[in-house]
Parts: sequence; C-alpha cells; structure tokens
Amino acid sequence: MSTNRPDPASLLPLPPATFHILLALAGEDLHGYAIIQDVAARTDGELKLSAGTLYRSIQRLLEQGLLVEPRERPAPELDDERRRYYRITPFGRAVAQAEAQRLTQLVRMARAAGLAPGRA
Amino acid sequence: MRLRLLRALLQLYPASFRAEFGEELCAVFRQRRREASGLLEVCALWLATFTETLGNASAAHWDLLKQDLHYTARSLRRTPGFTLTAIAVSAIGIGATTAAFSLADHVLFRPLPFRDSERLVKLWEDQSPRNYADMEPSPANYRDWKRMSHSFEAMGAYHSESVNLVGVGEPLRLEGAAVTADLFPILDVQPALGRSFTEADDRFGAPGTLLLSDGLWQRRFGADPNVLGRKVSLDDAPFTIIGVMPPSFLFPSRKAELWTTTRFAADNFEDRGDNWLNVVAKLRRGVGLEQARAEMRVVGEQLARAWPKENEHVGVSISRLRDEINDRTRLLLIALLGAALCVLLIGCTNLANLLLARALVRRKELAVRTALGAGRERLVRQLLTESLVLAISGGAAGVLVATQAVPLLSKLVPNTLPIAEAPSIDLRVLGFAALLSCLTGIAFGVIPAMRACRGTNLAGLREGSRGGVGGRKELLRSVLVVAEVAGSVVLLVACGLLIRALWHLQSVDPGFRANGVLTMRTWLPLPKYDRTARREQFYTKVLSEARALPGVSGAAYASFLPMAFRGGIWKVAIAGRPPDEKFQMASLRYVTPGFFDILAIPLGAGRDVSESDTRDKPFVAVVSESFVRRYWPGQNPLGRHFEFGLADRTVVGVVGDVRVRGLERDSEPQVYLSYKQVPDGSIVGYTPKDLVVRISASPGAVLPSLRRIVASADPEQPISDVRMLSDIVEDDTAPRVVQVRVLGAFAAIAFLLAGIGIHGLLAFAVSSRAQEIGVRIALGARPYDIIGMVLGDGVRLAAAGVVLGTGLAYAAGRALEALLAGVKPGDLPTFATAVALCLLMTAFGSLLPAIRAVRVDPTTSIRAE
Repeated sequence: MSTNRPDPASLLPLPPATFHILLALAGEDLHGYAIIQDVAARTDGELKLSAGTLYRSIQRLLEQGLLVEPRERPAPELDDERRRYYRITPFGRAVAQAEAQRLTQLVRMARAAGLAPGRA
Repeated sequence: MRLRLLRALLQLYPASFRAEFGEELCAVFRQRRREASGLLEVCALWLATFTETLGNASAAHWDLLKQDLHYTARSLRRTPGFTLTAIAVSAIGIGATTAAFSLADHVLFRPLPFRDSERLVKLWEDQSPRNYADMEPSPANYRDWKRMSHSFEAMGAYHSESVNLVGVGEPLRLEGAAVTADLFPILDVQPALGRSFTEADDRFGAPGTLLLSDGLWQRRFGADPNVLGRKVSLDDAPFTIIGVMPPSFLFPSRKAELWTTTRFAADNFEDRGDNWLNVVAKLRRGVGLEQARAEMRVVGEQLARAWPKENEHVGVSISRLRDEINDRTRLLLIALLGAALCVLLIGCTNLANLLLARALVRRKELAVRTALGAGRERLVRQLLTESLVLAISGGAAGVLVATQAVPLLSKLVPNTLPIAEAPSIDLRVLGFAALLSCLTGIAFGVIPAMRACRGTNLAGLREGSRGGVGGRKELLRSVLVVAEVAGSVVLLVACGLLIRALWHLQSVDPGFRANGVLTMRTWLPLPKYDRTARREQFYTKVLSEARALPGVSGAAYASFLPMAFRGGIWKVAIAGRPPDEKFQMASLRYVTPGFFDILAIPLGAGRDVSESDTRDKPFVAVVSESFVRRYWPGQNPLGRHFEFGLADRTVVGVVGDVRVRGLERDSEPQVYLSYKQVPDGSIVGYTPKDLVVRISASPGAVLPSLRRIVASADPEQPISDVRMLSDIVEDDTAPRVVQVRVLGAFAAIAFLLAGIGIHGLLAFAVSSRAQEIGVRIALGARPYDIIGMVLGDGVRLAAAGVVLGTGLAYAAGRALEALLAGVKPGDLPTFATAVALCLLMTAFGSLLPAIRAVRVDPTTSIRAE
C-alpha cells in the first residue's frame, strides 16, 4: 500500500496475459469471466486465458497496485452480486501506456529493418 | 457434485489464494460449463481445467515460496547472531547424525557389494558344547556339506593366507586368500583384467595361478596391462599372474591383496579336527535362512553319526555374510547413532526454544501482518520457510562437518567385512542428510510457528511489551529445556560409563610388559623352510646378531604375539582322564629361550625352554598358571605329562597368564613349546615367525640394522608388521577410545546446548518480567530474594530434567551393558558426576540472568510501562 509507486518502466516488459488484462480493463470495470471473454474477442479467440492464469495475474496486479477492486458496483441491472469487479488504477494505466510505447518502438525498429510491413 | 470435484482440485492452490479467488474460479468454471455443449466439450473442459490447475497451483506455490524466501533472507539478515547460532546448532546436530549414519549404514545396513548379496551366507562348525560356536570347518566336513545339502545354489571355500612375494622389487609380505574355483562365481565377480580361476587351476598339483588386487597391481606392477602371464614367486613356489581384480573387490577383507586357489591335497581331507576353512554359500532362490539351517542340522547329525569320534559335538551354524560382525561392534555403532540423534534432538529443542522466543518477540510484527490481511496459514508458512532455510543451511554445513568427521571414525569399521575402510559420502548419505534437514526444520519450526500464530489477533497489538510471558507458552519452553537437560544427562552418563569401562580395561594387566618391545614378522616360506634345522639356522643367526646390536637388550622368536593373533589353539589330553568338552583347548606357541624375559612374563616355577631342548630329548612344555589350575589344582605341575600338539609333553616351567585374546575376552590357558622340538613338516602353521626385540634405543635407530640382519640371513625374506608391542596392546582398545571421544564430544555439545537453553529461557523470563521485578524491588525485596527467585526457576527446570534423564540414562546403560566390561549400568560415581555437572551447568546458566535481575532499576522499569 505504499504511496511512492515505482517507475512504470521497471515493470516492463509485461507478460502478454497481463497486458491483455490491462487492455480489457482500460474501458470499463469487469469481473473475471468478462475479462476472459474480452481478451478472447480482442484476439479473435487466439488467447484464451485460463481461470488460474487470470487470477494469478490479477493477484499480482493487485499487489503491484495496477488494479483495485472498486467500492461502487456497476449499475444494478448489470451487477452480479457474487462477482468481484476489477478496475485499472492510474498507475496501471501508466504501466500499460509504457508497455504500449515499448511495443510501438519495437515495431518501428522492425520496420526500419524491413522486417515488418508499413513505412519506415 | 461437479463443483465438489472442482473444489477438491482447488485444494492444490495455496490456502491464501484459494480464500481470495476460490469462489471466482468456481464462478468462471460454472460459466464455461454452461457454455459447453456435448460430452466431448465437457470432457475437454475438465481436462483443460485439470491441467491448468496443476500448472497454476504449482506456480502459485512457487510465487509464495519466492516471497517467503525473500522475506526470510531479510529477516534473518537483520538478526545475524540468531541466524548463525541456529545454523551452527543444526549443522552440529545434522553433521553428527549424518556421520554416524554413514558409518552405521556402511557397516550394518548397506548390502554388500556383491550381486544377490542377501542370499550369501557363511557356514561354520557349531561346536557350542566345546565353547566354540563359530569354528572354521575342516576340509572334509566342507566337502560333505557341499555334497549332502540342497539349500544352496553353490558352495565355495577360502582360507586367508599370508605369503612372501619375491621377484618384483623388494621381497614383500602380503595378505590374501586361497579360494576354491567356485567361490568367485558365487560372489559374481570378474577380474577387471585377465581371467578368473577355473576348476583346472584348483586341482592338486596344478601350476600355481594368481589374481592381483587393483592396489597391488598399481603399486608393485605400475598398473602394467601386460602383467598377465608374468611369473612371480610366492613362498618360493612359482605362480603365474592370470588377472587383476577390480578396485572395489575387497574379499575376504580389505587387507587382501592377492588370491590363489586352494588346490586341496588328498591328506587335507583326512583330519576332521583340522579346522581352517571359511565356507561361503549362496542360498537357492526362495530358500530361507531357517530352511537352510534346518537342512544343515540334519546334515550335521548324519555326519556326527558317520564320524562319531571327530564330529560328535559338531553341528552347522549359518549366518548371513552381511552379519559377519560381532555384537559389540554392532552395539557400538547403534549407540553412536543413538547419541548423535540425541544431540540432534537437543539441538532441535534448543532451536525450537530460540524460535519460540523470537516468535514471541515478533508477536507485534505478526499481529500487524495479520491485521493487514495475512491469513494464519501464510504466517505459519512464512515461519516454516524460515526454519527450513535455517535447517537446510545447517544441513549443508553439517554434511561438510560429516565429511571431515567420517575418516576419524574409520577405526570403528571392523575388518571382518568385505567393505572399504571408510564410508564415502554418497547420494544415499546426502539424501539422508537432506531428509534430516527437512525433518529438523519442521520439527523445530512447526511448534513455534503454530504457537506464534494462534494468538495473533489484535490482542497482540494491545498487549504491549508484555507479550507472551507466563502461562502456557512459558510452560512449553520449560518442557523443552527439561528435555534438553534430560538428554544431556543421558549422554553424560553413557559417556561416563564408557570412560569407566575404558579405564577399567586399560588397567587390566595384559600379563606382559609391552613398553620398549619392537616386533616384526618374518614368515618363513614353505617348502624352503620345511625342515626344522633349516629354520633353526635362520633364527640362530638373526637372534645372535640382533642381541649384539647396541640398544638391544634381548631378542626372541615366538609363533604369534598375544593380541596380534588371538587364535592358535590345540586340544589337551591327559592320560587316564575323560576329555572335558568345554575345557580342553589351550593356546599353542613355539618360542625360543628368552621370550618370557623380553615380555616380562613372570616365571613362577621351573625353567624357561632352553637351547638344549632338542628333538632327541623329551618334549618339554612351559604352561601358564591357569593351565595348572585347570588340570592340577593345588599340586606341583612340574614333571607331569600331557598330550598336546601331536606329542607327549613334560611340564618344565610355569609362567604367568597372558591375555592372548585381548583385554575384553577370556583367553585359553597357554602352553609354550621349544622351537627346536618341532618334527619336520609338522604343525607348520605354528612355526615361530614373530621376532620380539627389547630395545632401549629408539625403534628408528635399531630397525635398519635389524633389516640388514634379516636380509643377510636370507635376502629373499620379507619383513612385515613392524610395530611396537605397546601399539598392539593399544589397538586392542582403540575402537573404544574413538568411541569414548566421539561420545564425549556429543555429550559436551549436548551439555553446552542445554546450558544455553537454560540461560536463554531465564534471560528471556527476566527481561520480560522486568516490571514485576522492579515492583518487587520497589516494595523492598532484597537482592538475595531476587537471585533466589531466578535461580529457583533454573534449579526447578534442571531438577526435573535430571530426574527424567537419570531414569533414561539407566535404561541406556542397561542397553549398553555388553560394552561396559563389567562396569555396572547404575554406576554411582558416574551418575553422581553427571548430576553434579548438570547442577553446575544450571548455576552457570542462571547466573547472568540472576545478576541482570538484581540490577533491574525499579524506577525505569516501572516508568517504561
């Protein structure tokens, strides 16, 4: 619960599963199963997170302060009381952005080397 | 039902993870289950869930372990004193136990290095009615056993031999064995180089063939692969080297350096009373030891009927080859293992106490962590990780201790087994040490961990600095200290009893004076020295020149030296008396004149053998006092006759008794015969071979001259076994000395640990009762009262430990009785000393805490509240 967060860059590179979880939570708070579905949809079914992998990642993300469990619940008609929802923190957002930037740079370098399509 | 299965599967996760996410995992599974349609998809879902749970659960455990290890490293680094103490204590305990185990495993438990070794047995002539339970069989009985029995796949024989090797560098005296051709197949060993013996090698008159040990091959033949076919001379007979055995082959004992065949002659089978073989057999598959014993009992009875005169009291006893080790050695090793375990237990107890104290001090920290949401399981796990890290570090250090200690213990490895002198620290031993470390870690970690976490709630925070004083926690720690004191009393008493036994044995008069006597062996080979006159020439030349050396006051020859060779007995018969089966053996020694003088064996009556006792004169004998007591009690023995060593003997002298069989065993009465009265080719095994020289100079000054003298008498004659007689006597008690030292070291460690335990407990009690003590002082308690209070606590603990320990020690003493050489297991001085030492230790352990208690300043201690 320390207040002085480490530099987002110190957590990079993120494991792919972690990055996808952060992406899924970037737009809205979700519960576990919704995250799995979101990730699967985002990757056209290529990445199907298992429940164990998901919650081990979530546990670490909670410990590192990238996620929190929000106090307020979603709109009652959408809420499933038994479910736990997760929300990305500003720090989590910063880490995801840093990771995205890292990946962008990698792609840029790959293009320059003629290893990826697009403009150098 | 499905969820129950899933929940069971989820048990694989760490409890903390399960508590946090278990419901979520179930919810996800339910959702997926709803979406799965058809049996195939449901099966696929289950399979996937199963594998991912296995993978993720172990990963989750690993994550926790990493965290705990990280935390442990930090917390141990913060308290280096505690960490080092804990590691040192467990290193000593685990090291001692590992060393003792590797020794006991080597000697007692590990299978012998032969295939199907559990089926290998040794057969003996059981002559219990004559007091010899395990007598070497005669060739004739061996042949009949082999012919008449069906319990064995094969049976072979060997006898140890000692030969002069000539033709490769300096003449050399070597130990080895002559084996029947079927022996090595029974042991299932093959030479590393060349071939093994065949039936053709083992026939009477066959040309001599020889197998070398790896050591001899390396040492004497430069590991020459072309050694096969080389001719050497053993005791003047030609032998051809046909092979080299592998380095691991140490049969019949590690002293053996070469093997030849027995090549029995027809006359070897004539005398059934001629006992000199060792018989090894392999039980048929499915035949048990008892079954074989039953069969051989019948065989023995048949032979007794067929040969009533020789075999009347001869049965057959069978023991496993693995068990060729005397009970005393076995007991000694088990005692050692027990003592080491005792040290380990005391060490564990001490560590548990240290951890308990530490955990109490850390109650606040633990309570904070609980308040922050760490479950009890996480805390227990954390504390256990800590103690396991300590124990495993201790275990690693302990293995180092053991590798250093094991060679020091090699004197405890008996040389009757075909095994190496010192055990090696191998995987088996390392596995044992690892297991021990884990058990140790759990043993001394689990109670403190459970204890520390039981009360961790907000009370821990509120209670302030007085956490954990008094009540049940203190009781537990007191019990641990009592156990430590009891354990150290047991070790002190056991060690004390063994020291007393050692002293007792060392004070036993061997019957001769060993100081200043140099001994060496010149084993004259046959047939070169077949004739008595030829041997006499050799003895006369060597002895006369040796006696003339400066620094030498006497020299003589004898068949064997006492304690160096313990057997060599012969039947005594006296005309007109029925033979008494139990008491008819006496040890037979041929000696030259002057032997008694040199060993200072007192001549009580009559005379020594003399140069004029030659073969054309009546055969004379000098007998020991016990011989006279046995056959002619209260009468004058001089001039009396008896039948012994194939001739009629006349007693001409009586000498004091000698402990031929060592200080711990009763010896047969002794008969000494004149070295000149040996018929040619008769009783050749007993011809004099041990030279004894009484010297006033240092052995190093005399030895080169003696070697020169022997070489000038016969350049091909090797010298072996050069030793001081006093060393031979010392060797008799050497295993005991080692044992006492080891046990003494264990006792000292245990004693120290118990002292530290008492000190630790009292110091902790004083510091946590500082306020109470301060109040007492403020209310007028005198220093005397305060010291009495603290000391009283210590003495009560010690007294409880002593009472418990004394009982256990008596039981241990009873178990060790066979090793005590007559010292009573309840020996009062030993117990008194042990108890006094324990009380002294308590006083010392309590002293510092007591002083600290007196120095408590009432104003500061009360204000601190």
